[in-house]
Amino acid sequence: MNIQQLTIESILEGYRNKDFSVTDVTKMYLDRIKQYDATLHTFNTVTEEHALHDAKRLDQMLTNGDISLPLFGIPLAHKDIFVTKGIRTTASSNVLDDYIPQYDGTVVSRLKNAGTVLLGKLNCDAWAHGSSGENSDFGPAKNPWNTEYIPGGSSSGSAASVAAGLTPVSSGTDTGGSIRLPASFTNTVGLKPTYGLVSRYGVMAMASSLDSIGHFTKTVTDSALLLNVTAGPDGFDSTLRQEKENDYLENMKKGIKGIKLGIPKEYVSEGMEKEVKQKFEEAVKKFEKLGAEIVEVSLPHTDYGIAVYYIIQPSEVSSNLARYDGIRFGNPRSSFGDEAKRRIMLGTFTLSSGYYDAYYKKAMQVRTLIIKDYTNTFEKVDALIAPVSPTLPWKFGAKVDNPLAMYLSDALTVTINIAGIPSLSVPAGFSSNPKLPIGIQIMGPHFSEKKLFQIGYAFEQETNYYMEVPEL
Amino acid sequence: MKIDVKHIAKLANLSVKEDDISRFEKQLSDIVGYIDKLNELDTKDTPPTPQVTGLINVFRPDETAPSLTQEESLSNAKKKHNGLFVVEQILEEK
Amino acid sequence: MNYTTIIGLEIHVELNTNTKMFCRCSANHFGAEPNTNTCPVCLGLPGALPVTNKKAIENCIKIAQALNCSINTDSWFERKNYFYPDLPKGFQTSQYLNPFGFKGYLDIKVKDETKRIGITRVHMEEDTGKNTHTTVDGEKVSLLDFNRSGVPLVEIVTEPDIHSGEEAKAFLTELQKIVRYLGVSDADMEKGNMRLEPNISLQKEGEKGLPPYKVEVKNINSFRFVDKAIQFEEKRQAELLNNGEIPAQETRGWNENKNETVSQRSKEEAHDYRYFPEPDIPPIHFTDSEINELQSQVPELPIAKTDRYVNEYALPYYDAEILTREKSLADYFEDAVQDGKKHDVTPKQIANYIINKKVDSEKTVPAELVTMIKQASQKVTVDSSTLTPIIEKVLSENPKVVEDYKGGKVQVIGFLIGQTKKQLPEADAGQIKSTIESLLK
Repeated sequence: MNIQQLTIESILEGYRNKDFSVTDVTKMYLDRIKQYDATLHTFNTVTEEHALHDAKRLDQMLTNGDISLPLFGIPLAHKDIFVTKGIRTTASSNVLDDYIPQYDGTVVSRLKNAGTVLLGKLNCDAWAHGSSGENSDFGPAKNPWNTEYIPGGSSSGSAASVAAGLTPVSSGTDTGGSIRLPASFTNTVGLKPTYGLVSRYGVMAMASSLDSIGHFTKTVTDSALLLNVTAGPDGFDSTLRQEKENDYLENMKKGIKGIKLGIPKEYVSEGMEKEVKQKFEEAVKKFEKLGAEIVEVSLPHTDYGIAVYYIIQPSEVSSNLARYDGIRFGNPRSSFGDEAKRRIMLGTFTLSSGYYDAYYKKAMQVRTLIIKDYTNTFEKVDALIAPVSPTLPWKFGAKVDNPLAMYLSDALTVTINIAGIPSLSVPAGFSSNPKLPIGIQIMGPHFSEKKLFQIGYAFEQETNYYMEVPEL
Repeated sequence: MKIDVKHIAKLANLSVKEDDISRFEKQLSDIVGYIDKLNELDTKDTPPTPQVTGLINVFRPDETAPSLTQEESLSNAKKKHNGLFVVEQILEEK
Repeated sequence: MNYTTIIGLEIHVELNTNTKMFCRCSANHFGAEPNTNTCPVCLGLPGALPVTNKKAIENCIKIAQALNCSINTDSWFERKNYFYPDLPKGFQTSQYLNPFGFKGYLDIKVKDETKRIGITRVHMEEDTGKNTHTTVDGEKVSLLDFNRSGVPLVEIVTEPDIHSGEEAKAFLTELQKIVRYLGVSDADMEKGNMRLEPNISLQKEGEKGLPPYKVEVKNINSFRFVDKAIQFEEKRQAELLNNGEIPAQETRGWNENKNETVSQRSKEEAHDYRYFPEPDIPPIHFTDSEINELQSQVPELPIAKTDRYVNEYALPYYDAEILTREKSLADYFEDAVQDGKKHDVTPKQIANYIINKKVDSEKTVPAELVTMIKQASQKVTVDSSTLTPIIEKVLSENPKVVEDYKGGKVQVIGFLIGQTKKQLPEADAGQIKSTIESLLK
């Protein structure tokens, strides 16, 4: 059994067949972390004692034949902006390097109660500010496919750890592409759920109206299994939909004959890197082969997405980071890194007296136009497919001196957050030299995750990219 | 557009070293220059969307639940005294 | 130079709901050990989110309705961003553009004249923690208790229609009564669940429009001090204006030991609160029927009740005002009036009895009160043909006492009255006395 290819499904199968115990599996992952993470740097904190303690408890249940919990004995790790009670949570920032939360957030709690084993807390861009992982105050995570290249951000450690087989699943957040971009750069499946599907309670807020709570897995099936546990109202987040879906795996294997897939023409521009364009076109052909109808559509305000995003997001960031004053927890504000300072100042400016109407209010108005683009489009098609990044993963240092250039890498991901719709990033191949992953995203109307899984599963089973693993 | 970094940093309760001011000024001005792109769009009659959910009236009943203990509340404070958080006295009133 | 004092009041009322505004911690923090009523939400911990207390909003709307405000059926919260140690999130969740209540009024009586004070707005917000300045180990520090953080606050802002300390006191007294009638707050200034800040300026005689400055005064914790602070400011500002200076637009603190206002270090620039709609709380929409339902829960208010007592029960205004100071007393009075109807006891009698004798409304139920009054009034005039023979009998049975009385010991008449009353308990003591006196002349 190749540990790098373990999924939730195969681990549960292993427990059922008594192939191994929870402690066995947990130790396997902990050993891999010890072996490879000094290089890959995906973990900020490894909770070895805690994990083995959880495993022991679950093995007791295993002995009694009780493995009914939906994620029984599945190891996982959380992006280090998910608060975990009693376990250091840092946001990968010097401001919180010694913060020990007094409570568990909803998603952490639900996953715990579902039978998972916590391996530790994952590296990310500090405060989730970034697209490459380079803004971590503790040093960046590396792309397991080629450690000279960024794994994408801000959920850098979350993506890289799953890609490297250091954990089968991990949690992440997507505010402007922070799950989809690293997923597409690491050959993993990254889900950005609909805004209002998964509770944000217990996840450090970046941009309150854009943050979406999701996860990384190796397969589409695993992604749906996790969503079954994390989704739904909790009484602590006022922006959640009250209705609950029964099972995200329903209809997943139905196939996609007759499904209308739209390709937004603004997303496939001449400015894209050749190999990214190539892989996308191959993907389109695969969808056609599977029986989908491909339709060209237009999202006319795509070009304004970055501007809208880089007004709304920093504005909300500047307010959400105001609580970090070193009094009740954490270190003084002088410990903020440059990118955090930049975004706080930008947001303070765009909300300030005399500028609010021209910036924040204007951005909220253009937001209405962007939402309308999607609403109109979804009247014509069931879902959209598009590339995630106009470029391949880049080398460390290539964009650090130019914040604006870094921001532009979000061009194909931000309007999804602005509209609040869901998007699933799935592996779509590799570049040739060096071998770096390329992904595509499948977007749908609000709360259409079941359809996204259905489409993603068909593509995954047709292409089998998920079976490839990096050599470490 | 020139951003007054000193003023903005003060509003944001951030300390910015003298040496860094011009660097931040340039970076922020570049970004603001880019986001000015939105002026290309006529939004005179477009209503703003502060919230994508479409939800209204999300409330809860007036029923208590247990609070953190005093110890839990103070557990991450660098300075505490008799169950209270301690901070340097600010001379200005709010 | 004659000046008109221009005063606008900003009042904060702490609601007495069970829970805080956005979390389920107890809102009852008075006397609690520090930092024992906190949770991730009201402590501003990373990852925490607000969930709105419906009752608090209903209470805010009722206050607005009691102040004759128009109600915004579509409303939302905004973030008011500023930094201060007792503000754990670094912003206060409040209302800016669309407060729940606006354009209302309150009529007050000052020196027998009725005056209408405009209410600009009534809105919902949350309280901050408590900040105490002290010295610990030789260092000047601030100590923070977040028990109060997140408690629901209603902010009421008046138009600058108040023109004296006396008017301010009358307004505040009436407002306090109203809030207590609604049962939504103790509104006790000493306990801090009603706080106020007057904004004071002086308008020159003949000057049109508002003065070009205003002074905000903080740290006032009683109605008496409001009056004093206003009077101090009137003097201080008049002096400056007489000298041709314009008083600085600033915040001053009331010092109750020195009986003066003191300038607090002025901020270099006005606050830029960078208000924006609170993204974590969806907007609020009330239907007309919901607004009407809340209005129906607003009881008859003190002013209306007082006027009704004057008209319906023919009570003097002064008495009616005393009876309506507290709703519980007014209700008690009217229960007694209802009962009194069956026993020929008038509202005026009941009012007099309650006001002049210390009636413990907790111990004496209204029906008992009526009985007591009836008994006291049943000491009616007894026919002299009944009374005189009995008195004559008492006198003949007590010759020594009669002799003492005639000898100058007039106080012994009390004994004779007592003996008479033993036989005629319903007889009025006064009548007995005058009859004995005339018989013994």
